[in-house]
Amino acid sequence: MHLVSEIVIYIFLFIALYIEVFFLITYFEFGNKGNKISTSKVPSKWPSVSIIVPVWNEETTVLKTIFSLLKLNYPKDKLSILIVDDGSTDKTWNVVQRFAKSKQIKLLRKENGGKYTALNYALNFVNTELVGCLDADSFVHPEALNRIVAQFEDSEMMAVTPSIKIFEPKGLLGLVQKAEYIFGIFLRKVFYHLNAIYITPGPFSIFRREVFEKIGGYKHAHNTEDMEMAMRMQKNGMKIGNVHNAFVYTIAPTSLKTLYKQRLRWVYGFLKNSIDYRDMFFKPQYGHLGMIVLPAAGLSVVSTMYLFGAMILNWINSLIDKIKEISTVGFSFRNFNLDFFYINTNIIVFVSLIAIIGTIFMIVNSRKLAEEKNKIGLDSILFLLFYTMLSPIWMGKALYNVIFVRETKWR
Amino acid sequence: MEVSWKKYAYTFLITAVIFITAIYVSNYFSQKRINEIKDIESQISIDISASETQFSLLSELPCREISSSLLSKELAALGDKLSYMEESRGSNDSEVLSLKKYYSLLQIKDFLIIQKIKDKCGSNQANSGIFIMYFYSNKGDCPDCEREGFVLTKLRQDYPELRVYSFDYNLNLSALQTLISVYNVEKKLPAILINEKVLYGFQSVDDIKNALPALKAIDAAVAKAAMASSTKATSTKAK
Repeated sequence: MHLVSEIVIYIFLFIALYIEVFFLITYFEFGNKGNKISTSKVPSKWPSVSIIVPVWNEETTVLKTIFSLLKLNYPKDKLSILIVDDGSTDKTWNVVQRFAKSKQIKLLRKENGGKYTALNYALNFVNTELVGCLDADSFVHPEALNRIVAQFEDSEMMAVTPSIKIFEPKGLLGLVQKAEYIFGIFLRKVFYHLNAIYITPGPFSIFRREVFEKIGGYKHAHNTEDMEMAMRMQKNGMKIGNVHNAFVYTIAPTSLKTLYKQRLRWVYGFLKNSIDYRDMFFKPQYGHLGMIVLPAAGLSVVSTMYLFGAMILNWINSLIDKIKEISTVGFSFRNFNLDFFYINTNIIVFVSLIAIIGTIFMIVNSRKLAEEKNKIGLDSILFLLFYTMLSPIWMGKALYNVIFVRETKWR
Repeated sequence: MEVSWKKYAYTFLITAVIFITAIYVSNYFSQKRINEIKDIESQISIDISASETQFSLLSELPCREISSSLLSKELAALGDKLSYMEESRGSNDSEVLSLKKYYSLLQIKDFLIIQKIKDKCGSNQANSGIFIMYFYSNKGDCPDCEREGFVLTKLRQDYPELRVYSFDYNLNLSALQTLISVYNVEKKLPAILINEKVLYGFQSVDDIKNALPALKAIDAAVAKAAMASSTKATSTKAK
């Protein structure tokens, strides 16, 4: 049994290293080439854009979201904003009334039906060339839209994703999420180069309107409609882009409980959508997405749980040993001797070391993309230390829910 | 969407090279450890031979001249390193096995020379022969061996002068098997030999102290010394 578990760990390590090497090669292959183009480009024409803001009981943040949209550096006559109140039970509808007379802003209200229904409802009122969505807990950088629009000059580009950062991260969880989101910027960049973006995030992904005409509107999709939409686009061979310096700031959960709920929904949604789109896995016709990116994302859930389980078992075993020792001879401090002889030089140690160096390299580069001042920050260190401890909590529950068929709730 | 098989192959190659390097480096360090143990063993072997030779040469000389080199600490440290290797490379590893055999042999030799000194000079000298022989098995047929190991580690820590010779009962070594038959140690492990008497089953720290009065004598001496120093301290304070 021990040998089997060791072999499984080696296999996981090999695949994880393979994926890491693959991503790094991709990053080097395209280097800063793509980065520079997107920063310097200014759109030569200004296509008309609609931004849908679905709101549900978001009276405290919705104004800030709308103001950030109004401050976008984009011609006013080309930008319209649609606020959809999805049957809020608080004062959200009253709060947005101050824009009732605005020409640029359209207020819509419907019965509560979930985010995807709000988006689809608003899509009926859209007749612009481009259309995007912005969650009411997020705010855009003034230059975000024109940077994104520049990428639509490629006529094949059907959707463009932004870079998401945490709005004023606070506390341990805030900092860990800050680093996680910044790391996500790196990954999305790599996925873009691989033509394998499989999530068009709720905050400020912009689409050509024809996308919805061709492949239909949003679906419930296990409460992760932004992933399902991207998967459906990929399946239909539609190109999804990314602009790493089109920044959107989103409010992150501050308590472990709300974070847990959010992540449970994400991982559960990922797993369920993966099952729905399982025919894309390991199919060369879906390119790197089918061959590497989707299998890697799926494997990361399984391997994280396996390694976490192995680690916990290990801890329990050494705890039992320690208890046995204390119960036989009482508590005694063994004089700790720093003999090089006892340093662990297992293969796993060396491979993990290389994997960690690769990860640090990615973190440093992701911070460059995210336009952070320092190469490494406290948040990066906390991320390295705690993320592997945190993520198994919701991954385990999501796997459990998928296996034993339990739906997750939005809130 | 296109797939570049070439890139997948290159990635595989790089990953494999990293993995093989890791295996190579890991093996290198493991072999280095084995060599370190070999070095210690040969050093101890030289020391024992030196003691033996010294003993034969100077058998007519007073006792305080003999028993110069005391190996118990080195032997104990070697034992620790060996059991670490046994854990990381597995107890069936041929190199570990041969090191273990040699280690057992060295322990027996050390035991013999100490006995000789003891016979000639008596046991009044410090360090001159408080010993325990411990027979264990790591084949999974000895549930109490782990706990007994804790006890002996603790005793060795508390009494550096105590020599603990530990033997794997199942080790295929003729000298060890002879030792086992000389003392009539049955295969009811853990077995501990104290003062020519074999105790079977788990023995706690106190059990062993009871069977080995020399340890209690050391306790008493330490307590006395502590008392003396504390009275001295109080008397200095009084001045």
